[in-house]
Amino acid sequence: MSWIQGGGLENNIILSSRIRLARNINDTPFPPMLDKKKGADLIESIYNEETQKHMFGGYKFYAMQETSGTDRAVLVERHLISPNLAARDSIGAVLIDRDEVVSIMLNEEDHIRIQALLPGLQVKEALQIANNIDDMLESKVEYAYDERLGYLTSCPTNVGTGIRASVMVHLPGLSLIGNINNILHAVSQVGLTIRGIHGEGTEVLGNVFQISNQITLGRSEEEIVESLIGITKQIIDKEKEARTTLMNSYRMKLEDKIWRSWGIMSNARVISTQESMKLLSDIRLGVDLGVLKNIPIQVLNEIMVEINNASLQKQSAAELNSTELDIIRAETIRAKLA
Amino acid sequence: MHCDECGKRPATVHITKIENGKKTERHLCEQCAVDNNALSINTTFSINDILTGLMNTGNVLPLKMDMSKELKCEVCGLSYSRFKETGRFGCSHCYEVFGDKLDPLFKKLHGNTGHIGKIPNRAGGRIKLAREIDKLKQELNAAISSEEYERAAEIRDRIRALSSKEQGELE
Repeated sequence: MSWIQGGGLENNIILSSRIRLARNINDTPFPPMLDKKKGADLIESIYNEETQKHMFGGYKFYAMQETSGTDRAVLVERHLISPNLAARDSIGAVLIDRDEVVSIMLNEEDHIRIQALLPGLQVKEALQIANNIDDMLESKVEYAYDERLGYLTSCPTNVGTGIRASVMVHLPGLSLIGNINNILHAVSQVGLTIRGIHGEGTEVLGNVFQISNQITLGRSEEEIVESLIGITKQIIDKEKEARTTLMNSYRMKLEDKIWRSWGIMSNARVISTQESMKLLSDIRLGVDLGVLKNIPIQVLNEIMVEINNASLQKQSAAELNSTELDIIRAETIRAKLA
Repeated sequence: MHCDECGKRPATVHITKIENGKKTERHLCEQCAVDNNALSINTTFSINDILTGLMNTGNVLPLKMDMSKELKCEVCGLSYSRFKETGRFGCSHCYEVFGDKLDPLFKKLHGNTGHIGKIPNRAGGRIKLAREIDKLKQELNAAISSEEYERAAEIRDRIRALSSKEQGELE
């Protein structure tokens, strides 16, 4: 099930869990050094007549050079590819399964990047899925693997397991009581890192953070996942505490904030991405606390994805300017919340 | 010409900026240019900068750095000095070529220099065997020291079987 549909444990705080495995093919230059011909050969070695039939029957294939800029950006907004792959015009490609749980990026920074993305706190389940895909691919190609260093990757920060395990968390309570920086600092002390919503180098919007492991060498996949889950559970507890404190001490103020945000979101005629992400955070909190009723998590997740520029652009044949985007954004949100 | 900023010292730094098709010119003295950070073009700090920073710490003598420039991967053509600039390997063979030089970097990034996680089935078949043999050897020692000779003999036979399998994989 796609993360957008919601589900999984603790899904009012943990929006999604993700595993990414970086893999490369032996004796083939890494994608940044790969020419067009060899890049195409690499794709062919993974996605060919035989594998289309037996392995990737339920998958959609997108070659970046044949995919429009808008469509690529939509895939980024749905968290199915990285901004880095979207930029790889000539040799990048991706395979995405029907449920949008698995995506296999080809010729990103590494030859193969397997991603498994699930709703809620399901990091172990995502690892299981990614491992199965990994074993399946390994039966077709020979991985670059070193006895001492493990899986060899383009960037030394990924060597060893090649794993990036992450959770996308919504922490409005901690933000409101002003404790978020302490938490983020503490997390960074234990080998984890915090990023914006679309990964490395992206900004934090609407109190949504991505927490992931930093270390990939000298720890097993299971240890890495366990430690991420352990820290995430502590953050969940802290967030719940913050929400209880807010409800006990500032109930009226908090409810007022939530209802005002609801008022703007369900009535605005022109709205920016930043403002809508901020208000969406209040509404999500309102739903979690039972202040707002009858709004499924799926609707909130759909809004979070569909208010982004490329997804809005996709609805219109003509190229939209920023004011037109803001108008369509407001329309989309009103329709979702009606 | 005097400096646009302080109006006192002579302008020696001339900056022409074109932003959104609009051209602006500034004439500054050296002091004001430094104070205003006018000379820093790229203010974003990327992972490459961090990696390069990590690789360049420690007491590396300039002479030694010159020597390392010679180091070059014969598969993809990446030199060690280029690797230090970009922070990216060119291919899997680079790891072998740059060898021990990389350990301090791995130590800084990961706190470790050896992998203990997943082993691929195909490329790792031999490694899996080797790890299993190591484990059995430890068990064998334990059995001998606790004088369980029958068990030791069993373990020894299993090691022999695995070793001959390992030989087969090597050939």
